[in-house]
Amino acid sequence: MSDAALPLAAAAPARRSSARGESLGVRIALIAVSLLFLLLFLLLPLAAVFVEAGSKGWEAYRAAITEPDALAAIRLTLLVAAIAVPFNIVVGIAAAWAVAKFEFRGKNLLISLIDLPFSVSPVISGLVFVLLFGAQGYFGPWLQAHDIKIVFALPGLILATVFVTFPFVARELIPHMQSLGTADEEAALTLGASPWRVFFRVTLPNVKWSLFYGVLLCNARAMGEFGAVAVVSGKIRGLTNTMPLHIEILYNEYMGAAAFAVASLLAGLALITLALKTFLEWRFGDEIAASRRH
Amino acid sequence: MSVAVTIETIEKRFDSFTALRGVSLDIQPGELVALLGPSGSGKTTLLRLIAGLEQADRGRVLFGEADTQELSLRDRRIGFVFQHYALFKTMNVAENIGFGLRSRPRQERPSESEINKRISDLLELVQLPGLEKRYPSQLSGGQRQRVALARALAIEPRVLLLDEPFGALDAKVRKDLRAWLRDLHGRTGHTTVFVTHDQEEALELADRVAILNDGRIEQVGSADDVYDHPATPFVCEFLGEANKLPVKVVGGQAFFGDRPVLGGITQNQGGPASLYVRPQHLRIVDETPLALPGTVEHLRRNGPLRRAEIAVEGLKRRLDVDLASQVAPAIGERVRLRITHGNLFAAA
Amino acid sequence: MAAATPLRWREPSILPGFGMALGITLTALSLIVLIPLAALFIKAASAGPADIWAVATSPRTLAALKLSFLGALFAALVNAVFGLILAWVLVRYEFPGRRLIDAAVDLPFALPTAVAGISLAAIYAPNGIVGSLFAPFDIQIAYTPLGVMVALIFIGLPFVVRTVQPVLEELQSDVEEAAALLGASRARTIFKVVLPPVLPALLTGFVLAFARAVGEYGSVIFIAGNVPMVSEIAPLLIVIRLEQFDYAGAAVVATMMLIIAFALILSVNLIQAHARRRFGDV
Repeated sequence: MSDAALPLAAAAPARRSSARGESLGVRIALIAVSLLFLLLFLLLPLAAVFVEAGSKGWEAYRAAITEPDALAAIRLTLLVAAIAVPFNIVVGIAAAWAVAKFEFRGKNLLISLIDLPFSVSPVISGLVFVLLFGAQGYFGPWLQAHDIKIVFALPGLILATVFVTFPFVARELIPHMQSLGTADEEAALTLGASPWRVFFRVTLPNVKWSLFYGVLLCNARAMGEFGAVAVVSGKIRGLTNTMPLHIEILYNEYMGAAAFAVASLLAGLALITLALKTFLEWRFGDEIAASRRH
Repeated sequence: MSVAVTIETIEKRFDSFTALRGVSLDIQPGELVALLGPSGSGKTTLLRLIAGLEQADRGRVLFGEADTQELSLRDRRIGFVFQHYALFKTMNVAENIGFGLRSRPRQERPSESEINKRISDLLELVQLPGLEKRYPSQLSGGQRQRVALARALAIEPRVLLLDEPFGALDAKVRKDLRAWLRDLHGRTGHTTVFVTHDQEEALELADRVAILNDGRIEQVGSADDVYDHPATPFVCEFLGEANKLPVKVVGGQAFFGDRPVLGGITQNQGGPASLYVRPQHLRIVDETPLALPGTVEHLRRNGPLRRAEIAVEGLKRRLDVDLASQVAPAIGERVRLRITHGNLFAAA
Repeated sequence: MAAATPLRWREPSILPGFGMALGITLTALSLIVLIPLAALFIKAASAGPADIWAVATSPRTLAALKLSFLGALFAALVNAVFGLILAWVLVRYEFPGRRLIDAAVDLPFALPTAVAGISLAAIYAPNGIVGSLFAPFDIQIAYTPLGVMVALIFIGLPFVVRTVQPVLEELQSDVEEAAALLGASRARTIFKVVLPPVLPALLTGFVLAFARAVGEYGSVIFIAGNVPMVSEIAPLLIVIRLEQFDYAGAAVVATMMLIIAFALILSVNLIQAHARRRFGDV
């Protein structure tokens, strides 16, 4: 809108002229189509999780999420995320620092490589680690000889999770840090601040909301990942079963209500993630550069 | 039946902002009218109302005798050139210009060969022959402007409306296009209204200038009218530089303090007033009667002219005076100023 | 003379930490992503031409790849159409609940795929709330290729909406007004003037949705039925090969998937670059 004098909220509808708008019937039809589509593909599935979870009553629900295997799965999911997410935070920040603050050859290639895991099937993300560390993998015999387990054990779950969540933090930080430029850091350095002080007092505060945003998405994917961990887990109950894998086992054993009970916990996590994400976009929209694209 | 567009007491509000407060204006066929005013004065809103892009809260717009209320945008046949041209970037120049003709209902649509003929004629007219296949992103600002104009002319508009037609161009191109547009209007004779905030542009181009301020038309008239005989202090100040002197009018003479500075006042007014004097209407003179004594404090170059800033006792702001080339006072020199022309407005 | 300035691989900067940051990035990238992916290609190649050919052309592999790619294509097309409508509605219209709907679009990003999978299976099963509406017409959705599409539509929707939405928001209103004043009908304005500049973004969203859907596993396997040659997707075939300890076979199928997907993404990127050159920044 060209007329900056108008209050922002009022400007948009007021300046919308008669030349830009569909007839009421078309508008209603398009809104109805959109709502129906969302209902069929997004809202009903979400609601069904909670409805099915409660279908056998509160006691059954409580039992399903407190039985030892379920608790073990919850603990394992939290543990994997607690390792994979901080790892990706460190790497994501390092990658964003290198890419956003410096000019060097091969930068675009590096960005593409960081994004690569997004275009790889989760199953393949798990498969590659089985090929490396599985019993018949390249390092399998050596690992066996030294009694180290990676595949069908915690390290494999973590590796697969790190792979699929690798780009999340970096790709939120890179565009934001690029848009900020290097002037702040240069000013701090000329004032005599040490490099780490510059990073923690100047750079990090500037990008904290996009960092949080990236971490949020990274965490949601880490806790919810299925395909990649399914391949490397071996699905040993109580040992290498994460929550999504536990859901699959329960579901395949026709314990639908129990499966949905555990699923409802993850759906709750998804709703919290969405709420926080929406809040961040609403409150810090201009600071989250890449919020609309992933 | 000699009026092309009649605007009758238009009022328009946007939520808390009143854009137009009862504006009336007649536009003659073939006339080139400028809507001139500062930003927020309502000039663009008025243009959009004529086009039908906004609806008036009160008042009406007539084309000839016909009320435009019932006319669809298509039937209004308005050629509108937007400030940023609004060219369709996924269409090439020819497709842009032909868009209006190809949008007509089948029975009114010219044949493809007629359309193509018309496109090349129009490109000839706007002096861009051979650019049919270019895309807007491959054109300079001035070229886009002319394509936008050709596109607007293609539908044989009843009225041509231009919103800040030179606003997005750099100074050199503006000057060239201005002369060119004047010339084009002379040849095609379209009834044309354009919006500008640049008084030089308005005065140079338009047959008549309507000066808007705060949602009202302050004055309508030819360039000479509005420049030499401004109806309000706003018009006087907006159309160029002016020194402002508080005076008292007694018996056909204006007094600054107890000194008469301007005589022969025929307007039927007396008492306190403001006298507006343009820098070129102050002359350094030798004789005393009807002269204002002052001290030269600054001399500077102002394009082809030299400009003196002269302090006058009893006046806070120094007077700006344009000097004739042979006059060369020194800084600190005492001089006397004669007012050769001024505009008097009763003190508010 | 300064003309002999050597070609630098990086611009000088007074900021510290480039070496460390790039070092961490490249080490992690190599260990986590590049070396494992390289191992996949080496494994696939090590199978030898005859075995690769046998796996690649086996009817079951071809059927699985066909289902994954055609299913993803169909789902991405559906998402392109409805995602565009949805983005349009969210950007242009005011209606109660608009913000909530806007937030809900991201659900597939946040909801774990296994949760989505069992839930979609439940409602699209013949006795489910949506499935039962189709059952009287003898249309079964869950446990058929249709079920695969449903899951893939779910997973891809936000990609289209979120790439198209910002472009629609930034469209200048003056081109629409110009078209209307030139006499174009609203439909002509939309299809000839408004949508063409949105097309590159729509294509990007389509490709993102497609790429995601091709490799999707979690949300599909619960609703697919997983009948070999009918409703078995390529990622599932990889898992099955793996469970049979046929590492090379799994690697060959995986490599085929990656190569086809990358080729498609690359060609679309080339089309985009061409459009950007011609129409300016789109």
